Amino acid sequence: MMYTRHGPLGGPLRHLMIWLTIAFALFPFLWVLSASFNPTNALVAQGLIPEKASLVHYQELFINPYLPFPRWLWNSVKISGLSAFFVVFLTAFAAYAFSRFRFWGRRSGLLALMLIQMFPTSLAIVAFFLLLMRLGDYLPWLGLNTHAGLILVYMGGVLGFNTWLMKGYFDTIPHELEESAMIDGATPFQAFIRIILPLARPILAVIFILTFIGIYSEFLLASILLTGAEQYTLPVGLKLFITGEYARRWGDFAAASVLGALPIMVLFLLLQGQIISGLTRGALKG
Amino acid sequence: MPSPASKRRSSARHKSTGEGIGLTDSLPTSLMIALLFKIIFLSVADSLGVWAAGTLAWQRNWGLLSALLVGLTLLNLALLSRRAYPLRYLLPGLVLFAAMTFYPIVYTINIAFTNYGTGHLMSKEEAISWYERRYYQPEEGETFSFQAFKDEQGQLKLLLTSQKTGRAYLAEGARLLPISLPDPRPSNWRSLSRSELVQALAALQQLELLYGEEDVVRMATLTEFAVFRPQYHYDRAHDLLTDLETGKIYRPIRGTFVSEEGEELLPGFYEYIGLENFYRIFSNPQITGPFLRVFQWTFLWATLSVLLTFALGLTLAIFLNDPYLKARRLYRSLLIIPYAIPGFISILVWAGLLNADFGIVNRILEDLLGLRLPWLNDPFWGKVALLLVNLWLGYPYMMIVSLGALQSIQPELYEAAYVDGASRWQQFRHVTFPILMISVAPLLIGSFAFNFNNFNVIYLLTGGGPPIAGAQTPAGATDILISYTYKLAFAGRQGAEYGFAAAITILIFLIVGTISAINFRLSRRLEKMGEAL
Repeated sequence: MMYTRHGPLGGPLRHLMIWLTIAFALFPFLWVLSASFNPTNALVAQGLIPEKASLVHYQELFINPYLPFPRWLWNSVKISGLSAFFVVFLTAFAAYAFSRFRFWGRRSGLLALMLIQMFPTSLAIVAFFLLLMRLGDYLPWLGLNTHAGLILVYMGGVLGFNTWLMKGYFDTIPHELEESAMIDGATPFQAFIRIILPLARPILAVIFILTFIGIYSEFLLASILLTGAEQYTLPVGLKLFITGEYARRWGDFAAASVLGALPIMVLFLLLQGQIISGLTRGALKG
Repeated sequence: MPSPASKRRSSARHKSTGEGIGLTDSLPTSLMIALLFKIIFLSVADSLGVWAAGTLAWQRNWGLLSALLVGLTLLNLALLSRRAYPLRYLLPGLVLFAAMTFYPIVYTINIAFTNYGTGHLMSKEEAISWYERRYYQPEEGETFSFQAFKDEQGQLKLLLTSQKTGRAYLAEGARLLPISLPDPRPSNWRSLSRSELVQALAALQQLELLYGEEDVVRMATLTEFAVFRPQYHYDRAHDLLTDLETGKIYRPIRGTFVSEEGEELLPGFYEYIGLENFYRIFSNPQITGPFLRVFQWTFLWATLSVLLTFALGLTLAIFLNDPYLKARRLYRSLLIIPYAIPGFISILVWAGLLNADFGIVNRILEDLLGLRLPWLNDPFWGKVALLLVNLWLGYPYMMIVSLGALQSIQPELYEAAYVDGASRWQQFRHVTFPILMISVAPLLIGSFAFNFNNFNVIYLLTGGGPPIAGAQTPAGATDILISYTYKLAFAGRQGAEYGFAAAITILIFLIVGTISAINFRLSRRLEKMGEAL
């Protein structure tokens, strides 16, 4: 719509509405930040500005046997990072084939990918549980309660969507670039590695980040496929730590939340531009 | 976009450059090494594969065996055939997709027609062989006193003496060897001390020594071994299971062995039961009532979530898109913060803030208005809390995509509308909104489908509670279908009902699939409209 210097929406009313929403957005964030520095653990005793700020809760994260925070954080980062890396790797290869080669079953393959992807993998929880249980009989390192098994499940869940996203991007890279390389004697594989992948870096980054963030927050599958506290991811561990114990463990939980949210917030703010352009690109191209 | 013809040309060129075996004479060194590598890799993979296939065939695991053979064939095809060159790029993803997406779906559909779950976890064969390995101790059966020894090599040896006949036996492997008294044991065996005996107890309790045709001798008490007799006999011809101790006859009915008096044996086995899981959803009032409530709330929840987040997100986007607005960059960065925090942490934090007894929200409400609200554990306020938290989680996404869409609208359209004397509202109503919808409508439907299955918010905030009174299944007032399915499968009070959960999963899939299909068609129609503009 046409914006002018003084519209009926303009002036203080608009700023007021924005500030109200900002207050709403920051409210939980500020409270949990304050709680993490407040030496008391009691939820009821908290004020917005802690009277005697201290780092006891942060220290607690490294010594409390019920809250093996570094272990859970590491598990989460490891699982999300490896899954995202392999997803980028596999989808790049598949998307290249779908974008550049013409082969039997290409169209129906793409369509099938899209259709099957509509079955949200979280719905197949029972199947995943039993699948990993059986798999563990043959390959114990892939069974229930293993990170490798969980990574495989995560990767399978996001493969289809990301292949489409990546193929769309590859389609926009002109074919002439590889063709000239191949006239110079490069194999299609070399052309893919040396020419296409470097050009596709923005979409590789977007897929990596979105996959990483998505898996970092995943709770349902992790809570079912991981059964030992040592193996938990941060969502599963924190949920079990705090459920029913809000009154007694609020401070420790707050510190864990702040540190657990930090890696993602930093990643997000650093790459804000790319993520937003990735989202709007996905949005505008469908 | 290159024309189809040029695409075809370039793909033909790809094919002709795809290397194959057989040109070793004239190949440069780097390709020779690549070829060598390929041959080594393929021979290792094939020998491993054949070995695994042999093992699987021996275990009669036909399902896994055929999957392995298909995979192996594709691998060889990909590396050896020129025509299958693209398969090299697709195979890793394809294998993973087949195993982790396609197979679980097929599996889910399959078990939806079975009674798989607690008490029905074994196949019929497995259940029968389980029963055939049950024993009972007949009244007035033979009992044995025992003595344990260590021989020269430190091996455990066992001497049993029948308390009925007085005959002595030596345990030898899984058999009992009769031996002649008085002193059968070699002199250099050493009797176990009491503490050694305690240590060996676990090993002794595992012993199962064949005695006669079918009976076995096992440890009965800490000081005695006794004769045990197989308790069940399965009659394959008539499909009947007989309890030899009581003489009762059980016949298999729907995955359970049931006697004539209606007594059921546990465990049962899994069996195809047709559409019964689906019937149960709609025929048993104690299931149907709560199910319909969950179903209704799932739709309401997804619809309201989309509407609320979109309304707030769009409003903010319109504000922020105004070039005259001061500090719009700062505003955008602050407003986006909920999106940058991992969802599970935000939800758990909100659960603390909304805690009815200690939470800050109720403290503020009490100070301002003098009232406390039962957030999280009341059917109505629980829903309000869920929508509030989901609004917080979801509006930044809507804001980002709306902002992107607003910026892509050409200013000339507004100028034309302005010249025609359109008011602000008319501009929004007839220019902004219709154009915005072209790109945003598919996202709204996508968001609907996402929230339809938004397990995290529901489960981490209210846990689906409070429970619906009188429900036979573990349904809660704020449960949506997916959290309800989760509880059915993994947290039910009567144990896991995998089959029933899978049936509901299929219903959810049908709903989400329909929504996605509509979305697909709609976005194509809108795309065409967009091109026409």
